[in-house]
Amino acid sequence: MSEVKSVIIVGVGGQGTLLASRILGYAMMNEGFDVKVSEVHGMSQRGGSVVTYVRYGEKVASPVIETGEADVVLAFEQLEAARFLPYLKAGGTLVTSTQRIDPMPVITGVAEYPEGLLEAISGKGVKLLAVDALSLAEQAGSAKAVNVVLIGAMARGMDVEKEIWLNALEHCVPGKFLEMNKKAFELGYQA
Amino acid sequence: MEKQLLLGNEAVARGLYEAGVRVISSYPGTPSTEITEAAAKYDEMFSEWAPNEKVAAEVASGASLGGARSFCAMKHVGLNVAADPVFTMSYIGVNAGMVLAVADDPGMHSSQNEQDSRNHAKAAKLPMLEPADSQECKEFTKLAYELSEEFDTPVILRLCTRVSHSRSIVECEDRTELPLKPYEKNPAKNVMLPAFAKPKHVAVEQRLLKLTEWAEKAGINCVEDHGAKVSIITSGISYQYVKEAMGDSVNYLKLGMAYPLPEKLILDFAAKAETVYVVEELDDFIETHCKKLGLSVIGKEKFPRCGEFSQKIVRKLLTGEEAESVSLEQQIPVRPPVMCCGCPHRGVFYALKREKVYVSGDIGCYTLGASAPLNAMDSCICMGASVSALHGYNKARGAEAEKKSVAVIGDSTFIHSGVTSLIDIAYNRSNSVVIILDNSITGMTGHQQNPTTGYNIKGDPAAAVDLEALCRAVGIGRVRVVDPYDLKAVTAALKEELQAEEPSVIISRRPCALLKYVKHSAPLKADPEKCIGCKACMGIGCPAISMRGGKAVIDATQCVGCGVCTSLCAKNAIA
Repeated sequence: MSEVKSVIIVGVGGQGTLLASRILGYAMMNEGFDVKVSEVHGMSQRGGSVVTYVRYGEKVASPVIETGEADVVLAFEQLEAARFLPYLKAGGTLVTSTQRIDPMPVITGVAEYPEGLLEAISGKGVKLLAVDALSLAEQAGSAKAVNVVLIGAMARGMDVEKEIWLNALEHCVPGKFLEMNKKAFELGYQA
Repeated sequence: MEKQLLLGNEAVARGLYEAGVRVISSYPGTPSTEITEAAAKYDEMFSEWAPNEKVAAEVASGASLGGARSFCAMKHVGLNVAADPVFTMSYIGVNAGMVLAVADDPGMHSSQNEQDSRNHAKAAKLPMLEPADSQECKEFTKLAYELSEEFDTPVILRLCTRVSHSRSIVECEDRTELPLKPYEKNPAKNVMLPAFAKPKHVAVEQRLLKLTEWAEKAGINCVEDHGAKVSIITSGISYQYVKEAMGDSVNYLKLGMAYPLPEKLILDFAAKAETVYVVEELDDFIETHCKKLGLSVIGKEKFPRCGEFSQKIVRKLLTGEEAESVSLEQQIPVRPPVMCCGCPHRGVFYALKREKVYVSGDIGCYTLGASAPLNAMDSCICMGASVSALHGYNKARGAEAEKKSVAVIGDSTFIHSGVTSLIDIAYNRSNSVVIILDNSITGMTGHQQNPTTGYNIKGDPAAAVDLEALCRAVGIGRVRVVDPYDLKAVTAALKEELQAEEPSVIISRRPCALLKYVKHSAPLKADPEKCIGCKACMGIGCPAISMRGGKAVIDATQCVGCGVCTSLCAKNAIA
């Protein structure tokens, strides 16, 4: 089952990682792939580190992704990009937002937010694409569209027709936010 | 047939719809909640949130006796609550089919223990099916109704987090509308007095033998023979992990029926292999069965009893191979879940921390009050336990403890099983202080309505429990309501009630800050000129506040202007 692709989407609870995983999952289903998307609900959603797994290919067995297995890590925050770096396989791609959100141990002063994370990551031989997704989302009309900006940024590196992505957006995003999200996708795609 | 990318839970709901189910009653619990939420979207089925799992299972049993296919869903610990009716429904059986879904949580993503519900199926002598993906969730749900009616038994559908909360492709079919089955009075079947229950127990044992025969030939217990020397007996999500790790290099016996387990099928499968592994998360349920059959299988001596499996764990334990990975030298600080910005629970827990009281805790978002920097919880057992455990604590330690201890419990949890405990406090008199954290919703599981909110599962207006009147009615004389954003009022109420010479209830009332109808104030700002960097505002653990260059900074994108931090600032630097 080597042809199965694995994408990890990571962020902070409330950033919209679930929607991003649904858009990707839906798009891949329409590309004709077997798809599994694994979500986490409940306790860990409350401002904690949130991870979802998307796997697609001819036939997908496991819904989860382990260390050294991901083709792409799509991170909504720098610290989460660093945390999930070990999940990337050799030669994998890390697409990350440059946004920083302090976790509680940093807020309470028992830990420090590490500096120079992106430089350290690119020093590990990883294909790194860092995007100021928050600014682009605000430019599109809402800070909440960070997830769609990042999907756009990832999409450009994939061999999938843009039409498939736009269809997935139409299916997964409520009508009144569709135009804004299409703009967010386009800004991410061009980033 | 329409293809949809459905959660395992949504696929169960689709199965209910297609199977012609009419009555659904559940209590929310991660990872089972979305089954009933998805089911409620089909107008052909009556769905409800019951006050707890015991009630839900009883509603489903009544509906089954009344001739309609019925269903209830719960998380693993919910099955403990529902166990009483479930164990006796096993004797009574069904009129129309009854299915109960239970979602285990290996790895404890959102649970207080890691129990294996297969043991309940065995103890209650009920058949249990275990799907491994969303398509199977739908198919097994429909099959469960056929089994239920053929063998006159409730059937349990066992899910787990990775099946419930994974989306995969499901082929949807139409609903088969079934006529209501006639109801015929039959006390020997439906009234479980000892005289009637004794022959029913015999019937239950005979039913298990027949179900075992069925399991021998069941299509859901399937062999994949790849001519390999190594064979694997597995089920549910564990099958997916082994399949991912080992592909077609081993033979499989995938058991879609977790209980009762077949005998001949397993013996025949094992006889062809040189080595047989049993791969199952949590307990050695299949392994024990195999060993009872005299097989020398390898199971828990190799595979862990605790936590989730993955393809990585399976691959490493079976082959010794592990994928390479890179990591950074830097320490990456953990990011634990926290109370949200504007969470109405925060002020209460800050006051409890400051008063240094013993806090008997309960199940909900507010269990996060146990984490730093609030650290304001001493115990948390199960739904409703905060109130009764506080009563016991105070009975053990006496009057001085009563002045330094409280229970905290959410509105939904209080209705679930806290109210019976409060009756104990009133009836058997301890001068305990119970704080009901009324955020007007069932929060942790993702905003479900409950009997206190005034709305039902469909969002239609419904009768609302009057919490103040309820507490008074059970015999609590001192009942008061505070706004948790008003830290002074919370602290004053707490001090007064702790000193009171009778039991009391404080209702801390403010809706969850994430509810759509809640209007937020403008974000607050910390004035760097006035801030002296004393960190008093940091004590509430608000994710919007951080220290930059020795001064407090408030993140305007997160702050909802609740003002709890404002009242902590001696320099009036936050406004």
